[in-house]
Amino acid sequence: MKPAFAASIAALSLLMMSAAPPPQGVDTARLMDAAPAPTLAAYRLFTDAGGRAPDAALTPYALNTPLFSDYAEKQRYVFVPAGQKGSYRPTGVLDLPVGAVLVKTFAYPADFRQPKEKVRFIETRLLIHRASGWVPLTYVWNDAQTEAVLKRAGARTPVTFTDARGTSVSFSYAVPNVNQCKECHALSGALTPIGPKARNLNGDYAYVTGAENQLAHWTRSGILQGVPADAPKTPHWDDAATPVQALAFAYLDANCAHCHNPEGAASNSGLYLEYERTSGVARGLGKRPVAAGKASADLDFDIAPGEPDRSIMIHRMESREPGVMMPELGRALAHKEGIDLIRAYIAALPKS
Amino acid sequence: MTGAHPMIRPAGAALLAFLFATTAQAAILKVAPGKEAQERLQSALIDAKPGDTVLLGAGTFELTDGLSLDVKDVTVKGAGQDKTILDFHGQMAAGEGLMITSNGVTVRDLTVLDAKGDAVKAKGVDQISFIDMKVDWSGPPKSTNGAYGVYPVSSTNVLIDGVTVRGASDAGIYVGQSKNIIVQNSLAHFNVAGIEIENSMNADVHDNLSTHNAGGILVFDLPNLPQQGGHSHRIYRNKVVDNDTENFAPKGNIVASVPTGTGVMVMANRDIHVFDNTISGNASAAVIVTGYKREIKDAAYEPLPRDVVVRGNHIGRNGWAPNIPGAPEAAALLPKPMPPILWDAATRFTRVGGAPVEEKVNVVLSDGPVLRLNLTDVNNLMSAKPTIVPSVPGTPVAEPKPVVLPPAQARLSKK
Repeated sequence: MKPAFAASIAALSLLMMSAAPPPQGVDTARLMDAAPAPTLAAYRLFTDAGGRAPDAALTPYALNTPLFSDYAEKQRYVFVPAGQKGSYRPTGVLDLPVGAVLVKTFAYPADFRQPKEKVRFIETRLLIHRASGWVPLTYVWNDAQTEAVLKRAGARTPVTFTDARGTSVSFSYAVPNVNQCKECHALSGALTPIGPKARNLNGDYAYVTGAENQLAHWTRSGILQGVPADAPKTPHWDDAATPVQALAFAYLDANCAHCHNPEGAASNSGLYLEYERTSGVARGLGKRPVAAGKASADLDFDIAPGEPDRSIMIHRMESREPGVMMPELGRALAHKEGIDLIRAYIAALPKS
Repeated sequence: MTGAHPMIRPAGAALLAFLFATTAQAAILKVAPGKEAQERLQSALIDAKPGDTVLLGAGTFELTDGLSLDVKDVTVKGAGQDKTILDFHGQMAAGEGLMITSNGVTVRDLTVLDAKGDAVKAKGVDQISFIDMKVDWSGPPKSTNGAYGVYPVSSTNVLIDGVTVRGASDAGIYVGQSKNIIVQNSLAHFNVAGIEIENSMNADVHDNLSTHNAGGILVFDLPNLPQQGGHSHRIYRNKVVDNDTENFAPKGNIVASVPTGTGVMVMANRDIHVFDNTISGNASAAVIVTGYKREIKDAAYEPLPRDVVVRGNHIGRNGWAPNIPGAPEAAALLPKPMPPILWDAATRFTRVGGAPVEEKVNVVLSDGPVLRLNLTDVNNLMSAKPTIVPSVPGTPVAEPKPVVLPPAQARLSKK
């Protein structure tokens, strides 16, 4: 062995011995700290600086019918601390233990016809279950896509993408402020997750190990207990094999019912759109507007059965004007495919 | 006596420490207009702790999004209602200018300008106060303006005092589905409705000026809502004059049914007392007492106004050109000039799918003459067989007790 080489080996060994190994794994203590970390990296939810490689303790998931958010792609993960489990609930969101974290990154590919290429991350939202309750935090990615920093007061960023039809779309993307998080995420004033309801998770996910039902996967990986064999299921809103009314109910549940329920931010409207609700007037059929103001657009009913063009619901879904558009937070663009679905649902309702 | 000293001193020290702690805790967060006003102001509204004041400097805050406040017991205070302007003409999202979801909030001494939707909304809170503030939409009144100026809803203990609202496409001052309410010393002009109390309990609306709206003061109760069955309001000592702005509400809204030139309108509700007001210069009518005239799909809803008292008002010239939106043929049936008070006198209504319901309806309408429409059914205007009577004596109705707010909030009142 040449002395110089031996010396360098020795130096390398010394270096490896003296340098503390980098900390590994999700930093649960940091997540529970009441003072939010200034950068997303501090929680070590991802193993890379760009937030593309989740820690092995994170489970990716998808919702059968998600909330439309300006066509953003959403990458969702759930983290449940080792040794703990969430519990199944037949209605409402799963009962996730203190320490659980829901992670959601909003992203745009440059061109939706190549969805895996040139994907720009905009923001990563965390919902952290602390002993005091669920806490929302939002981290906004820099242009270099190397760091996401805390933004509590909201932010705006220009977004441009080419849509699935090849049309270029540009708009001002709004990152919500923490109070706006609560507006949608509150039930009777307490902050709660919206998406991970058993019925909205009850479907297959393409894991790296292969496709598997999500509730089964969560059970098998030890983060969920109590799932029955006959768990309810929300349809995929774009599943052509399902009757249009069920699709519409699923879509309205995911896009409206977080506010439009008796305990939500829009409780005073009397318009309630949870998936399970059947009553016609509360669902908007022949229901007159109460506090819609100009958003009623000279129309008489939230839903005029058989007449989508005379339904306030369609008008507000199509609008991009604040004070008119619904949902009033979380979108700047109109969701053409969702509007088409609700139009078809209203058109199929018998005229009264 | 020497034994008493050591006992008193620690208690005194503790009291002193407590007082010190409370005063030290209440901070003032100052925000000046200028660059990035949106983020700086919203940050202050997030960082404020209970008891704090967010103090806004003089000048115009150019805002790009809705603001929101979710910390209890915070005061948002400007340098004066004509000095601090929250300008929302560049607002890109949110249904209101400022949204409040926490208890004990006071907004005062500022102007909210050109909000895209409602100007200031408070939802589901206790002890909300709007003091010496202004809401305005630039230009002439138009249907594309926001619906409501100040908009507390589903709340308890509401104080609106010294507030001016101009240009709302629904109601300037609107209180919905709330309880224990005072609206006083305020000015509502060039709105569709000046002041509206809807689906609420126990409101004192007094010493306000409501002018140049389509309708001056409305007391409504509507079906299919979580809180209904409004009752026990006192509408008194207001000036409800010259409400002469053409109704510019989008027509699907209930206020679109308010005849241009209405002074006070009571729809459904019970135990409503309208007295000592000055009501003049309203082309349709001084006071309208009416049932809910649309289809009723709500089994719990009461569409008829009951125990309504109209007495001792100073009634000037009104009713020289009555109009009923969408029903000119019905308007043609009305005598001209109209008697000051119009009552539909309906005692029967029918719910969708139900049998007709007959009710004994008591009203005390002393400021006659009164035009009774004598409807056979509340929503059948064409069944009217109008008669004019000097008054409707009815059975006396005890006046509701004055509204009393919790002490900390009552201290904000200008009286």
